[in-house]
Amino acid sequence: MKKRSRFILSILAFGYAFLYIPLASVIFYSFNDSRLATVWGGFSTRWYGELLRNDQVLESAFLSLRIAFTVATLATIFGTMAGMALSRFGRFRGRTLFSGMITSPMVMPEVITGLSLLLLFVSLQQLIGWPAQRGFGTITIAHTTFAMAYVAVIVQSRLSAMDESLEEAAMDLGGRPLRVVFDITLPLIAPAMIAGWLLAFTLSLDDLVIASFVSGPGASTLPMLIFSKVKLGVTPDINALATLIILFVSTGVLIAWWVSRRAQRQSG
Amino acid sequence: MSTVTALRSDKLWQQFAVAIPYLWLLIFFLAPFAIILKISLADPIIAQPPFTPFVDDDGGISATADNYKFLLTDKLYAVTYLKSVFMAAVATLFCLALGFPMAYGIARAGESTRNLLLLLIILPFWISFLLRVYAWMGLLNNYGVINNVLMWLQLIDKPIGFMYTDFAIYIGLVYSYLPFMVLPLYATLERMDLDLVEAAQDLGAHPSQAFWDVTWPLARPGVIAGCLLVFIPAMGEYVIPYLLGGPESLLIGRVLFDEFFVNRDWPLASAVAIVLLLLLVVPIVFLQRSQARDAEGAA
Amino acid sequence: MTGDNKGNGPFIEIQDVSKYFGDFAAVDSVSLAIQKGELFSILGGSGCGKTTLLRMLAGFETPTKGRIFIDGVDVTEQPPYERPVNMMFQSYAIFPHMTVEKNVAYGLEKDRVARDEITRRVDDILKLVQLETFAKRKPDQLSGGQRQRVALARALVKRPKVLLLDEPLAALDKKLREHTQFELMSIQDKLGITFVVVTHDQEEAMILSSRIAVMDRGRFMQVGTPKEVYEYPTSRFVADFIGTINMFEGTIVDIDGERVRINCEETASDLSALSEDPPKRGSTVCVAVRPEKIFISQNEPENTEDIRLSGVVEDLGYFGNLSLYRIRLPGGKIVQVSAQNRRRSAERFLEWNDEVFISWRPRSSVILVD
Repeated sequence: MKKRSRFILSILAFGYAFLYIPLASVIFYSFNDSRLATVWGGFSTRWYGELLRNDQVLESAFLSLRIAFTVATLATIFGTMAGMALSRFGRFRGRTLFSGMITSPMVMPEVITGLSLLLLFVSLQQLIGWPAQRGFGTITIAHTTFAMAYVAVIVQSRLSAMDESLEEAAMDLGGRPLRVVFDITLPLIAPAMIAGWLLAFTLSLDDLVIASFVSGPGASTLPMLIFSKVKLGVTPDINALATLIILFVSTGVLIAWWVSRRAQRQSG
Repeated sequence: MSTVTALRSDKLWQQFAVAIPYLWLLIFFLAPFAIILKISLADPIIAQPPFTPFVDDDGGISATADNYKFLLTDKLYAVTYLKSVFMAAVATLFCLALGFPMAYGIARAGESTRNLLLLLIILPFWISFLLRVYAWMGLLNNYGVINNVLMWLQLIDKPIGFMYTDFAIYIGLVYSYLPFMVLPLYATLERMDLDLVEAAQDLGAHPSQAFWDVTWPLARPGVIAGCLLVFIPAMGEYVIPYLLGGPESLLIGRVLFDEFFVNRDWPLASAVAIVLLLLLVVPIVFLQRSQARDAEGAA
Repeated sequence: MTGDNKGNGPFIEIQDVSKYFGDFAAVDSVSLAIQKGELFSILGGSGCGKTTLLRMLAGFETPTKGRIFIDGVDVTEQPPYERPVNMMFQSYAIFPHMTVEKNVAYGLEKDRVARDEITRRVDDILKLVQLETFAKRKPDQLSGGQRQRVALARALVKRPKVLLLDEPLAALDKKLREHTQFELMSIQDKLGITFVVVTHDQEEAMILSSRIAVMDRGRFMQVGTPKEVYEYPTSRFVADFIGTINMFEGTIVDIDGERVRINCEETASDLSALSEDPPKRGSTVCVAVRPEKIFISQNEPENTEDIRLSGVVEDLGYFGNLSLYRIRLPGGKIVQVSAQNRRRSAERFLEWNDEVFISWRPRSSVILVD
């Protein structure tokens, strides 16, 4: 028993080291003064300064954030509708196809989703002249398509874990179904919707491959810009950018964890 | 306001709630596949868009299987597909070998430690995938951290060429997809009744026998889900082979990308995508089945 | 040599065993001897250490201190898979991915018993627990009672020297529980295997066991036959834990041989009780008497030897075969009394607020110090 748990402990230590050493090394080298990203040339924050003066980076970051915000909002609305349809509306015509289509974008390789959506946009442009140019709109549509799948799954699992009798009780007390959705169901699944929104936001912000397909000339998201730079090798300003993202995300996640843990402790 | 109209408006709302996401998916998910299939049957031409129309000027249907014939006869593609399957499978096995003991350890930890460990598994999910792959470029590089440390320790006297090899791709795949393996495994292991393992030992099974007789078979749903969640995206991976792999490590995702953007052969790229999809249909359906079963079991 | 013990000494011997989790003593210097063929119960509330003690017998926990012998062999350091002991888990822990038959055969397979002997022994044991027609079923196709019997069969088929049962009946509903109690006893009788049962249910322990150990906060409070533990509890904890009991606090004012007189503020008169080894005069004690030992009547009882108190019926409950009364004494103390309803309407039934007398014999009460 003892020996076994030592084995498990060492694997755990190795696994977490494997997951976090690369991130730590990026953070470390972001403070490197040297232009050669992996040769230590003394402590410096100059790359952060250069990053913030780089208009290209700021522009693409702004585009990415705008897309992510729109995607997260649309995906949360559609995904919630879909999740409710799947867990609360019982059988309806075409349900099997619907549930298949909802979950497929999650497991579809990105190259296929990206290619297929681009070909759709090209064909639509030929047929009806829309979309006239590819960029914000097409990327948003593409991202919404796969992000809503994640929201739908989160909402659905929350709903099926939830007691349907709450809604039935509300109806018994005289609430009409649509009122009940707004008075009871939506407040109860709000945490799932928030989690879904955040996930959709992150997925959109993170995506490179699909955006590369459906974007047109001139519109470059942050991952696309990063990719074009790192193709050529390790660069110090990307280290700085990575560090900012890592720290921002970690802080956010840790705060969320801390808040939810406190809430859990108070409730139970 | 009568009850009938009230009910009708509620029914209307339900139809509305189904119709909107349904239509969206039909247009932006299902229709594109029909288009891909259509274009894969066209010939490439130098025009905008660069393929022959499905319905030609005389109103006849022009379709050709040339792209598929080419894929099947050209050895490069067959090799690339096989290599993609092989590398994705090997990466999946490595993820399993590392992920299973990790998930086991997390599931058996005390409650507050467990939540923290789980959080640390999920955290990388929220950090840019691209940047996490990029981080390995800095480590594996000839002048990178690993080579520097090894040389400083005097274990080697000149840098090992980790970068641009299959090894680097494996590292990237395992690193990126490890959380996808750990989470479903954790979910099944955490749910498992520990009494079962003790019962096996009580009945005379050595701990390792108890593991293979009880823990492993009961963890199988998690193992299957985890393996599919790693294997499927690893098959179509583009970024990792591009950034970490060498020119000869051609994986199918990268070939598709290059066929499309570099050679501008849209019909062939479409055919590549269709064949990749066919290869993945079985695992994808399998995964959806197992997840549906899981969702029912949880409810 | 401990081997000399074989055959005549106690079958299970727990010698001064403690188990610490950090600073917390789950089991605190416990010693116990169990004879071969006993059906021994360890009774206590949750967290009293009874499960930890059982897990040490099974080998899932190693004692921090002390030794455990089974049939003369020191098993303290033996891992569970080498002990001649099997356990029936509270959750039953039936392997969900194996059929009933496979579950039962599992332990024999691990012992590398020959194929045909496994088949024979599995058949026999399934017949014993009346599950022979369910051999091919998967556990999720069984009812709670059937699962319990699979767990029992699986543990018994290895013919262990000791069978450990962790809350064996807790998961069954009341009707099935009563039936299964007797089934367990008859199986134990038939096979002659020593059973050690852990339970929080005092009624279950009373019915099943040849002897009971009452446990609290890691220690044994009393070990004895069900009758001893019920009739002659040695501490307030045991008296209170098993069954219902009325307790009167007081001070010993007089000792005359066996007869002890106790001054009690809660009652109008002194109480007398018997004790072979009474505490010193002036010590604070407690006189405990069970509800069924108290007589209740509307006329003043004649026997002057008895303790006689008067009060008012505060509350009553009719249970068919018996009635429970809560009698309020003039000082406010509530005394519980139970009476068999032997006669029907021969005399008027007692009602709320009736003035009554209650009485009991000095011999019926016990004096408790702790």
